[in-house]
Amino acid sequence: MSPDPPDPVASSGPLDPGCPVAPATLDAPVAPDLSAWQRLHPASAVVRVGPVTLTAILVYLATSAGGGLAGGGRGGGDWSELVVAAGLFVVGLVTWLVTRWRLGDGVLQIETGLLRRRSLRFPLDRVQAIDVVRPGVARVLGLAELRIRMAGGAARGRLAYLTVAHAEELRGRLLAACSERRSASDEPGTPGPPPSPTETVLYTIDTARLLGSLAFSGSALFLVLCACSFVAVGFVAPGAVDGSAAVAVALVLGLGTPLWRRLNGELRLSVSDSPEGLHLRAGLLETSAETILPGRVQTLRLVQPLTWRPFGWWRVEVQVAGKGATGRRDRAARKAGRALLPVGSAAQAEWIARRVLPGAEVLASPPPRRVRWKAPLRYRRMTAGFDARYAVTTSGRLRRVTDWVPLDKVQSIRWVQGPLQRRLGLASIHLDAAGRAVHAELRDRDALEASGWLWSLPERCRAARAVGSRG
Amino acid sequence: MGAEREQSGADGQETWSVPSPALRRLRRAQLLSVTSPLVVASISSGLATGAATAGVVAAGSVVATAAVTSVLLGRRRRAWGFAERADDLVVRRGVMFRRVSVIPYGRMQYVDVTAGPFERLFGLATVKMHTAAAASDARIPGLPAADAAALRDRLSRLGASAMAGL
Repeated sequence: MSPDPPDPVASSGPLDPGCPVAPATLDAPVAPDLSAWQRLHPASAVVRVGPVTLTAILVYLATSAGGGLAGGGRGGGDWSELVVAAGLFVVGLVTWLVTRWRLGDGVLQIETGLLRRRSLRFPLDRVQAIDVVRPGVARVLGLAELRIRMAGGAARGRLAYLTVAHAEELRGRLLAACSERRSASDEPGTPGPPPSPTETVLYTIDTARLLGSLAFSGSALFLVLCACSFVAVGFVAPGAVDGSAAVAVALVLGLGTPLWRRLNGELRLSVSDSPEGLHLRAGLLETSAETILPGRVQTLRLVQPLTWRPFGWWRVEVQVAGKGATGRRDRAARKAGRALLPVGSAAQAEWIARRVLPGAEVLASPPPRRVRWKAPLRYRRMTAGFDARYAVTTSGRLRRVTDWVPLDKVQSIRWVQGPLQRRLGLASIHLDAAGRAVHAELRDRDALEASGWLWSLPERCRAARAVGSRG
Repeated sequence: MGAEREQSGADGQETWSVPSPALRRLRRAQLLSVTSPLVVASISSGLATGAATAGVVAAGSVVATAAVTSVLLGRRRRAWGFAERADDLVVRRGVMFRRVSVIPYGRMQYVDVTAGPFERLFGLATVKMHTAAAASDARIPGLPAADAAALRDRLSRLGASAMAGL
């Protein structure tokens, strides 16, 4: 298939960020390409309403088959499951019928909704990331969901569901269109390069090591501790087992779920490099494929929990604007950011960090010695600094953290001074990047230095932005 | 009635605008509206339960706290301030915890003007600046409504001309 031809109807400058996009054109030109309206895969009617319907149908079949054998005829069968299943199926069918999408002139358009019709437009030059997600049921049927992430979180495009091949192919085309849009944004509609299947696998996470790292994470060790104390309680006071069993179940659910999510999301994670960006593929039951476009990383964080220190393991997380592939289910996971390297040696972590943030050579300096009075434990690990492109800060006595922020992503700069800091002549600088609670804190610097930074950093950020928009 | 201006800043070059003096009156009115029911409630419950002394002591402590807060309100008003520089807006706030935020015009996603019932009573409004970062919450309370609207229009104009992508 050839890339999109220029679409005369919808070419109303979606590239100008200040200009509102054109209203959706309902009578689209009929072309044998993606610029014509498309439907999702018909089976999405079934998958979308989920396993509930399938279970209901299976239950109905089982009971009616049993009834048919025993009583002859379906009079004995329970109709309620069938009614529920049929209702859900009709809902799914209607959703499928009223949903359509097309890709034209650098804008992905999705229309959906029966009573409350919605037309969503996603300008490709502002896409933050593109993911292919395959939940369990969809995986069985060979389907996949394509998710387009924009900044701001609320606006997210879902194409659920497409066949896996179609989803992968569409993702390739979207990515190609994205990079073409970004590079030559003054020539709308030029035929871009074909979707490049050439990508080199950078690394794959070893399953044993991932399991080991999870086993040595704080919550897993705490779970083991709880199990031991539960057994101990059983020996010492058998009467109290009932009460402590409830607590144990709650603990397992509370602590085990995040562990399970991490396992599910990071198992067999493979990171590969391609012209469009870094591709991340992972998953045990629900597989996902994400693409991190170059220059869309808001912050990068290297973490080493206390329990990983004997092994020298590090974890690398990146924050991209917009919601993560895990969606809104898991607030903690969203806050933690996407693991680029769930577990790896210091050299590996350093290597991938440099790959994501090229040219990161920042000389970080420690704060003045009097910070020991304010943060006696943290003091020894605290450093901060910045150069023309990045700011970096390290902190944490037990859990070691290094945060990188590209200066061209900084949204605002804050200077904060509490009463104790004022007495000691200190101040902190916060650099805020897009997203929820995404910021780096250059903590407890000398007050003069901090105010110098406060007035010089905006200029540096502006310069970094100017370089970034040119390159 | 325009916002006050004063010539002092962290680097001595900014012209800071501070909220209108009416903000102090507004805060006093808010304080009064919270404390007076508390005083009435503590005295009347003290009388009702027969422990009049305890009620008076409670009311007295409430009044004392309110008096101290009221004295500090003037300092708190003067701690707020903003300066419009060539490429960014600088907002300062806080007496105990001092904060200075620098927000480039190009990073502002939208600017809000809100006025609650108390603020409307005093003809004031709050201007809020929003960027894509949730952490950079910058607001300027206690501006005369006309000034607030003018500031909002100025900021949105500057923001549109300097808009930068994410």
